[in-house]
Amino acid sequence: MRLEDHLRSRRAAGRKLLMPYLTGGVTATWVDHLRALADAGADAIEVGLPFSDPTLDGVTIQEATDAALARGATVRGILGDITGFTDDVPLVASTYYNLVVRDGPERFCAALRDAGISGLIVPDLPLDEAGEAADAAASVGVDLVLLASPATPQPRLAEIARRSRGFVYAVSLMGTTGERATVAESAATLASRIKGSTDRPVLVGFGISTPQQAVEAARSADGVIVGAAIMRRVLDGATPDDVGADLAKMRRALDQERDQP
Amino acid sequence: MGDPGRQGRFGNYGGGYVPESLVAACRQVEEAFREAWPDPGFQQSLARLLAVQVGRPTPLTPVRRLSAELGINLLLKREDLTHTGSHKINNVLGQALLARRMGKTHLIAETGAGQHGVATATAAALLGLAATVFMGQRDIERQALNVYRMRMLGAEVVPVETGSRTLKDATSQAMRHWVGATEHSYYCVGSVIGPHPYPWMVRTFQRVIGDEARGQCAAELSTAVPDYVVACVGGGSNAAGTFAGFVDTSARLVGVEAEGGAGAALGRVGVLHGARSLFLQDGDGQIVEAHSIAAGLDYPGVGPEHAHLRDLGRARYVTVTDDEATSALVRLARTEGIVAALESAHAVAWVIRAAGAGELPPGATVMLTLSGRGDKDVSTLKELA
Ligand SMILES: Cc1ncc(COP(=O)(O)O)c(C=O)c1O
Repeated sequence: MRLEDHLRSRRAAGRKLLMPYLTGGVTATWVDHLRALADAGADAIEVGLPFSDPTLDGVTIQEATDAALARGATVRGILGDITGFTDDVPLVASTYYNLVVRDGPERFCAALRDAGISGLIVPDLPLDEAGEAADAAASVGVDLVLLASPATPQPRLAEIARRSRGFVYAVSLMGTTGERATVAESAATLASRIKGSTDRPVLVGFGISTPQQAVEAARSADGVIVGAAIMRRVLDGATPDDVGADLAKMRRALDQERDQP
Repeated sequence: MGDPGRQGRFGNYGGGYVPESLVAACRQVEEAFREAWPDPGFQQSLARLLAVQVGRPTPLTPVRRLSAELGINLLLKREDLTHTGSHKINNVLGQALLARRMGKTHLIAETGAGQHGVATATAAALLGLAATVFMGQRDIERQALNVYRMRMLGAEVVPVETGSRTLKDATSQAMRHWVGATEHSYYCVGSVIGPHPYPWMVRTFQRVIGDEARGQCAAELSTAVPDYVVACVGGGSNAAGTFAGFVDTSARLVGVEAEGGAGAALGRVGVLHGARSLFLQDGDGQIVEAHSIAAGLDYPGVGPEHAHLRDLGRARYVTVTDDEATSALVRLARTEGIVAALESAHAVAWVIRAAGAGELPPGATVMLTLSGRGDKDVSTLKELA
């Protein structure tokens, strides 16, 4: 199923969307972590394809990236690992544009599709440069997700929402990925602004670290993306069960919020 | 070498591959630059700083003894004689004036050899701005003198411990920092790299080198234009500024890269630090670490305009080894009494090799930009001796 259709139907069922992030190839058994996240109630999972120079990532995801590359992780290897993973939980690849350019957007997107991946996030590919990749992704049925930031002015925000596929990625704050003590005020403002111009799902990411923060950030959006908080645990040696239990707590917190009268 | 337009394209290269959070900041820099550059007031302020602070125009020095040994006519454009000791100051003063005009209070910079960092710290002190300079830990160790200079000038120097711990990683870290600091901070990029408008703007601020040299060659040479114009290439700013003054002449343009950091000569198309250009990469598309004795050339890529000039065949890019560069440095010192920076010595080394190999015809006139002086490299050289 298309990523966007899946997210829309989950949302229509009254559920806040939860999308954890995992760096592909971070450990030898990383696919077990992926499975645990799927089983713990993820609506989609973002799989990082490690790139040597992750300029929008903070220390945690940099460290995870280094660990994966040191293990010899490659795009091809990671795609091989997840081929046939599952149809129930869509996978969304995220990487930097150099790896897309390496094989050319057409071949890169076709390889994603062949591995069963249904979406793509490229943080260093803004709207203005996205044409070629958007065409390549669309032609193989992969949704190219665009990002909006608190610094995005209005007419541009509407254009991003219009041209994004899958969902719109609301970057909660002006900064890199990484855990934060609180949800930035800019998160709610941005999510509301995006929702004012599109009915596409809107997910808030960057800095969402705890179940409480997930609940808070999801209030003005359709859901949340959780990255560094999970990767910190993985780097500290958390087992698939540990990571699954963490995500299940977030899932419960989001569901309880919905069920409250 | 003109205006690359709103999309910042040099042929197939350039552009603005930055996170959405930096798009507005880059646009703001472009707007400010497009508005400031034609403004006589801005031009006057910059020209005055270049005259009374930097000491421009820098001389064009005919080097008699080395020329005689090589059988050519070699002229050096003496950026080593500028205040702070390298061409980096030309660009920094332009950008610092722009930052102040934009109401920014803080400069951010990356540095490799420390020359751009020293220039940024100097401009910040001069114009009453704060400066934060990101520098790879490996470079902090090998260019210690420049670290002291930056701190003495009041700048904060932030060590970068990730990756190769050199210029590439310092640049990544500066960009990460800028994402969270765009409101008050201006990112003062040190070479013709990065997202639009930086490659174009930095070249424009550096073209003072080429424009002066063009006029000086006209006065010095019976042919008015040299046969060859040569400069070293890290990211490519001193070369771009030099080439800009000669691109419309018959002079052959040669960019000299370090063998271990030869983005233009050996790189493949990719996207890094905001631009589509040529980068050293492995088969999987991971950026490869550069290795050069010259910290300022220790960068695995090259500015997008150089990639374009290469494709057009208008400029040629060649490489020189660490050993060739250090011998050239010593030879220039002993024949002319000029101790060049290790970066600049790469350009000298190519001229020596090309003259020896008959690639430069006897009597050829060669204009070489000596981008900086070698004080910062004395400890590196001492270890080799
Ligand atoms: C003296 C000197 N020359 C050359 C360079 C290389 O930079 P670019 O290629 O931008 O001129 C540097 C950079 O640090 C430098 O310090």
